[in-house]
Amino acid sequence: MGAHHDTHGHDHGHGDSHDHGSYATYFKGFILSVILTAIPFGLVMAGGFESRLLTVALVVGFAVIQILVHMVYFLHMTAKHEEGWTLMSTLFTLIVVVIMLAGSLWVMYHMNTNMMPQMNHEALQGFGS
Amino acid sequence: MSYFSPSNPAALYLKSDTAAVDKYWDQSEHHPEEGASTPLGFWVYLMSDCLMFAVLFAVYGVLGTSYAAGPGPKALFDLNLVALNTAMLLLSSITFGFAMLALYAGDKKRTLRWLFITLLFGLAFLAIELYEFWHLIHEGAVPQRSAFLSSFFALVGTHGLHVFFGSVWLVTLMVQLSTKGITGPNIRRMNCLSMFWHFLDVIWIGVFTFVYLLGMI
Repeated sequence: MGAHHDTHGHDHGHGDSHDHGSYATYFKGFILSVILTAIPFGLVMAGGFESRLLTVALVVGFAVIQILVHMVYFLHMTAKHEEGWTLMSTLFTLIVVVIMLAGSLWVMYHMNTNMMPQMNHEALQGFGS
Repeated sequence: MSYFSPSNPAALYLKSDTAAVDKYWDQSEHHPEEGASTPLGFWVYLMSDCLMFAVLFAVYGVLGTSYAAGPGPKALFDLNLVALNTAMLLLSSITFGFAMLALYAGDKKRTLRWLFITLLFGLAFLAIELYEFWHLIHEGAVPQRSAFLSSFFALVGTHGLHVFFGSVWLVTLMVQLSTKGITGPNIRRMNCLSMFWHFLDVIWIGVFTFVYLLGMI
């Protein structure tokens, strides 16, 4: 048990795990994420809005907010954590993820459009007539 | 960091007063505390894991509409099942949080109890997911049926495997906690598993949003 108290005290001194959260923050995070899950599920199960784009935007928006809620209330992310390196590595990862996702979807979408068989048919028809 | 700390006056003394010493050593013993860098290192691992999931999401984004005249999301997915699965994972997240609070309070029995409840929720998640997969395969929606199904099984299956290995890790830690008690290394391991577990929940938000919800709109 002695080892436990030493290490615990050390952790506090270092400041890398001084924020363990509390029952209150966990409950807050849990209730927020239940709400943020229930709304998009309810929305899609009810059939969504007339405009498909609006439904998609809302569902994705709720997901982004919920991810932030989880980061703050469950993963206890702060700018001061590990002298900011946690936040730095997360931001770096986020940038890479955005570039890769957007780039892949963009490139492959255009490739699909240009390689569509019906596009060739149209081109051939245009050529023939 | 500690080179200029006022708690180490010997270093200052050596530098200013002794002409023979032209170098400046840190006189106090400077041991990096064992495992002090583990949380950050583990976080960087999680970020690399995040990149791997991002690749799988990108693959699903590109191939997710290539049904090869096979069944699409609307014919296959059952949102009630997915909602139930999401609930399991969310509940396991908060019970893991309670286990961490009990750990920091030094209460081994309570920690083990919350960990066991977390394990049950994790296993329930896996059971529901396996049931869903079994159901899909039974309907002929196997991974080799279409590019959509290949990327679906790759993405959701990889997440499921993470939950499985997280559960194995959880059992391992329960054994270590019950035999060795709440020691420094065990607190460190619990911290890592806590990050891992909550991280999987974050990935699941992406999965249910981009795969299930957007597929059903």
